[in-house]
Amino acid sequence: MNTTDLLALLPFLLIAGTSVFVMLAIAVWRRHWLSLCITLVGMAAAFGSLWLVAPLVPRKVTSLLILDQYALFYIGLIITATFAIAILCYEYLQRHSETREELYVLLLVATLGSMVLVASSHFVSFFLGLEILSVALYALAAYLHTRRRPLEAGIKYLILAGSSSAFLLFGMALIYAQLGTMELFRLAALLADARNSPLVLAGLTFIVTGVGFKLGVVPFHLWAPDVYEGAPAPVTAFIATVSKGAIFALLLRYFYTAGALHSRPVFVLFAIIAIASMLIGNLLALLQNNVKRILAYSSIAHMGYLLVAFEANNTTASEAVVFYLVAYFITTIGAFGVVTVLSDEERDAGRLEDYAGLFWRRPMLASIFTLMLLSLAGIPVTAGFLAKFYVVTAGASAGIWSLILILVITSVIGLFYYLRVVITMYARVQKEAPHAEPRAIGGSYVLVALTILLVWLGVCPVPLLHVIRKVLPM
Amino acid sequence: MILLWMIVILLVGGLLAWAFGRWSVSATRWISLIAVSADFVIGLTVWICSASRIDLLQPQAWVRELDWNWIPPFGIHFHLALDGLSLLLLMLTFLLGTMSVLASWTEIQEAVGFFHLNLLWVLAGITGVFLAMDLFLFYFAWELMLVPMYFLIAIWGHERRVYAAVKFFLFTQLSGLLMLIAIMALYFAHHSATGIFTFEYADLLGTPLSSHAALWIMLGFFVAFAVKLPMFPFHTWLPDAHTEAPTAGSVVLAGLLLKTGAYGLLRFVMPLFPEAAQAFAPIAMVLAVIGILYGATLAFAQTDLKRLVAYTSVSHLGFVLLGIFAWNKLALQGALITIICHGVSTGALFILVGAIQERLRTRELARMSGLWATVPRLGGAGLFFALASMGLPGLGDFVGEFMILLGVYQKSRILTAVAAVGILASTFYALKFVQYAFHGPNNHHWALHDLGMREAIIFIPMIVILLWLGLYPQPVFNTFNPAMETLQQHAGQTMHALRR
Repeated sequence: MNTTDLLALLPFLLIAGTSVFVMLAIAVWRRHWLSLCITLVGMAAAFGSLWLVAPLVPRKVTSLLILDQYALFYIGLIITATFAIAILCYEYLQRHSETREELYVLLLVATLGSMVLVASSHFVSFFLGLEILSVALYALAAYLHTRRRPLEAGIKYLILAGSSSAFLLFGMALIYAQLGTMELFRLAALLADARNSPLVLAGLTFIVTGVGFKLGVVPFHLWAPDVYEGAPAPVTAFIATVSKGAIFALLLRYFYTAGALHSRPVFVLFAIIAIASMLIGNLLALLQNNVKRILAYSSIAHMGYLLVAFEANNTTASEAVVFYLVAYFITTIGAFGVVTVLSDEERDAGRLEDYAGLFWRRPMLASIFTLMLLSLAGIPVTAGFLAKFYVVTAGASAGIWSLILILVITSVIGLFYYLRVVITMYARVQKEAPHAEPRAIGGSYVLVALTILLVWLGVCPVPLLHVIRKVLPM
Repeated sequence: MILLWMIVILLVGGLLAWAFGRWSVSATRWISLIAVSADFVIGLTVWICSASRIDLLQPQAWVRELDWNWIPPFGIHFHLALDGLSLLLLMLTFLLGTMSVLASWTEIQEAVGFFHLNLLWVLAGITGVFLAMDLFLFYFAWELMLVPMYFLIAIWGHERRVYAAVKFFLFTQLSGLLMLIAIMALYFAHHSATGIFTFEYADLLGTPLSSHAALWIMLGFFVAFAVKLPMFPFHTWLPDAHTEAPTAGSVVLAGLLLKTGAYGLLRFVMPLFPEAAQAFAPIAMVLAVIGILYGATLAFAQTDLKRLVAYTSVSHLGFVLLGIFAWNKLALQGALITIICHGVSTGALFILVGAIQERLRTRELARMSGLWATVPRLGGAGLFFALASMGLPGLGDFVGEFMILLGVYQKSRILTAVAAVGILASTFYALKFVQYAFHGPNNHHWALHDLGMREAIIFIPMIVILLWLGLYPQPVFNTFNPAMETLQQHAGQTMHALRR
């Protein structure tokens, strides 16, 4: 390892350093705004350092990490998303009397874990990144530990994530036993011959199980609604976007590089998961009365849509996945941002009644939420529409019509519950004047910025498309 | 550029109307009125300026055109183009748009700004649909007009508005997505044949397809348009949506949204897939005739005035579908006249029903009778539009339906005979409407104020237009004919390319 390698690791070092710095700052002078400021400055610096790193890539840093355009793009995406989420966290915690400052340490650690994941080129860094991310997430989910629901969410996530890690490790061990290496690129070369050997297939299945849990796809989705409902709203946004996005980026890199999708059983396995996620996610969302749970099931369905693009297994498909993830990040953070802004010190704004007549009380907030929901439903002028269009394009280019047909039918089912939330916001209710609605200035800025991005991407996606085409290694 | 302005004026006008809605309700109404009528004037100017040269236009040339690259990686263009067909439908859009704003003047009292935002944006979406010559842009506009319409029904509608709005949205969205799949299939078929990725209408014409693939892709488009039209048996969203929508919503739905279905069939289904469409024509025509009779019968059975008018749409649009699939000159001209006249006469009927409801607070026929005694001018207008709707000679609807029957006669005598019964059936519901509402003794002792100035301004132009189209429809044909010949030529070329 030389200086250039260290320079290439600058974003990682900066984020890790910031987390230590926040921790020390808390010890010296415990102020909520200070923690936020250090966090934001650290993240901005890490984001800026990407331009320093860019000329050095592609570069393998030890055998564990590969830094290429693809990894840098995702690191940028993760940092930007976390930046927005950190501001939302600030708004959220301002209304709570618990200790607030440590949340940012955890958030930075989780970000670091996700960054390691997207740059991983070795089973060890894969597992390490995942564990760094997960351990921080257990604590984040249960951050408001005096309340019942967050605690329940944290423990559920801990137990299920723990067992899924075991599956993952076992899968890696099986593949290692057969092929004798844990490095991605050597695996890819070896896998071409041993694609259908039972040991490798079993190993892949276990890895899919472990990854499937993190993505929250059916049948590994059981934790999602409870954790989404219980965890603090901004943390839920993090779990739904950064953690899932990082895993998906990794999945794309590993499976495409290794060409694992050319193996029929693996393809069928993913097809079944995709179909089940789309169907069950959308159908169960119909039965929910809690907005956070609706969003949980909707994210299960969205992972299903993403897998459809993933299945197409060509250039368009990888572009579609990246574009979809960007749109999904914006939309999901926006939606949970609205939930955050509406939450008060007693509980998160989950119930549908909390949204009744919202448009007549706070038209801007309701309009933003409407746009976010319409984007999730895939209606034009929003990024969600182009994302879905891209997925359909990818599927059509690979000729997987049956998956597309299911996507279309289930997204109509999906429309039903999105509209249900929308209609609630526009319902006329005679409600007594709410007790001094909490104001959230930083949160509003984040939401407005996300909305502008959402519409901008929905109308003028060309710049992003160019960036995506440039960064894709496949 | 002028085509873009038409859309931008509506979009910006809607935003302004919303912004001013906080301070002044009447400013909102005036802004909306000015925006829509400005578009009407622009459309009229374009029509008058080009009327003399439309006839001389080269086939496949557009009266006005605008073509920008939008998303080059996919070959998506922002391509708007205007020919005679689009122009006529745009005139209808802006006319009915103006009338809708006027009709909502006193009816809408809550959230006025947001109402006009939605109304103007749905008109902008419809304008986009009539102008888009890039299939992606077309789909974009097609979806875009749904959301504001959904809000119009869901927020300002009547008793069962949520149910009706959601049903409307789900029906159109599902069929729209099927169209998207069909568009994608066509896009990739074109790519595999030529190596070019394009959504451009002119390029996609004549894409070689196996007859099997053509049939499926055609059906994808057809379902989307048939749901909008609406064709029996996909019509069930219509009575609910029309009945529950506020007056302006019903006018836009019946007058314009249904027409986008007819437009799609004319512009896309027939020229892009002539063989598949011809093969499918017998089924479509039989369903059209069923729709004509079924709609008329159900209209007669309704006791809710608005529902009655809603079902007449199913019947009239059955004629349009029949005319389009007959695909000859007479039938197409008839279909176009029917599209326009149905828009005007049904739009007027909905405004009339809205006016009655505003005065009586009910739409039940049983609660009315003898209204003529207290509101003679309203009664007169009601009689006129009911007669127009039943196809009285001398009024526009008659011209359209008569020409469709003439055209269809060349294809199938049996269907013509059965469809003609539909005209007879329309007499029943039209007369029932007039007789139950306006004639008889004034049992309920209604004492209402008659048509005011604003309502007269709405109804008189519509009466004039129906008379004009009934007596001298030639200017409309002159504008439409070159466009129609181009469409037929496209279909012929595609057919020819396939045979080769």
